[in-house]
Amino acid sequence: MLRVTPRPFQRFLDAHREDVWRYLAAAVGRHDADDCFQETFMAALRAYPDLRPGSNERAWVLTIAHRKTVDHFRARARRAVPAGDDLLEAAGFDPPARDEGGLWARVGALPPKQRGAVLLRYAGDLTHAEVALALGCTEEAARRSAHEGLKRLREDLGDARV
Amino acid sequence: MLVSEVEFDPADAAAAAVRFAVRAEPDVAYAVIGTPVGTLVAATTTRGLVRLAYEDDNGGVDAILDRLAQRVSPRILEAPARLDAVRRELEEYFAGARTSFDLPIDWTLTSRFGREVLRACSAIPFGETATYAQLATLAGSPNGSRATGNALGANPVPIVVPCHRVLRTGGGLGGYTGGLHRKEALLAVEGRR
Repeated sequence: MLRVTPRPFQRFLDAHREDVWRYLAAAVGRHDADDCFQETFMAALRAYPDLRPGSNERAWVLTIAHRKTVDHFRARARRAVPAGDDLLEAAGFDPPARDEGGLWARVGALPPKQRGAVLLRYAGDLTHAEVALALGCTEEAARRSAHEGLKRLREDLGDARV
Repeated sequence: MLVSEVEFDPADAAAAAVRFAVRAEPDVAYAVIGTPVGTLVAATTTRGLVRLAYEDDNGGVDAILDRLAQRVSPRILEAPARLDAVRRELEEYFAGARTSFDLPIDWTLTSRFGREVLRACSAIPFGETATYAQLATLAGSPNGSRATGNALGANPVPIVVPCHRVLRTGGGLGGYTGGLHRKEALLAVEGRR
């Protein structure tokens, strides 16, 4: 239907809750996904009247989710006390505690730009252009980050799954 | 695509969404309520009850929510707990335990004249009726029976604002946006007809 205002937020929530949850489970692990989920949709609710009808709701909400995961990683890095090996943890390179095992743990260990690009592209299923908007870089840089991140994962894991 | 690699239970996402709806503060909260006169969609704002819609007379829940999104705010969430007072008072009314509603009303969906008509209508006591002509006079528009009828037909909160208590001079039922069978049923709840 021709819309002047966005559709009811409940329907927006119904439509995107699974994509956002799946993305966050990959990005921060199931244990921490709920906090980020709540914060993502709180932010989306506040900004919702400004969403132009016809814009890509999914990319918009996953961009918000991405920002919340960045906040999450930053907060974790600040909480960590640097001491020897923990310096890596303080720098935000520590993979979040998770129960899924190898693949996503290694994604969490990527440098922030590559981690963001890989998660948004492959757990969020955004296009490179949408990833670029979310990360605030050019599409070329987004492609490069995703490519390098995947390359690193393949080297780390040494298998053909990726 | 790596998406399928993520362990994912849709029930987790659904539960997270329910937790969100309970804690968030939307502009409009709604719930679907069953009554002896059919399924209603009740919606409140911080100011009060803004809409009480017969589900089957308004195109269904989605159509009702769409119109609320356009006319009040798109920040709408299903939050049954916020409609507890509405649900309780409706139950009491249909059980014969309540003769007037204590719910604050949000008049956003009415025109100025509509508000006058509906406020006058709210003064008709439980179990009694008035005519369109009488109501028009009370609303300050003595020759405006038709406009009064239209304003009643546009009542966004039927049952609570008792437009079912307005009849034709001579006792004819007149009209009712939710269907005349509902008007009769509500009058019967109140011991009329």
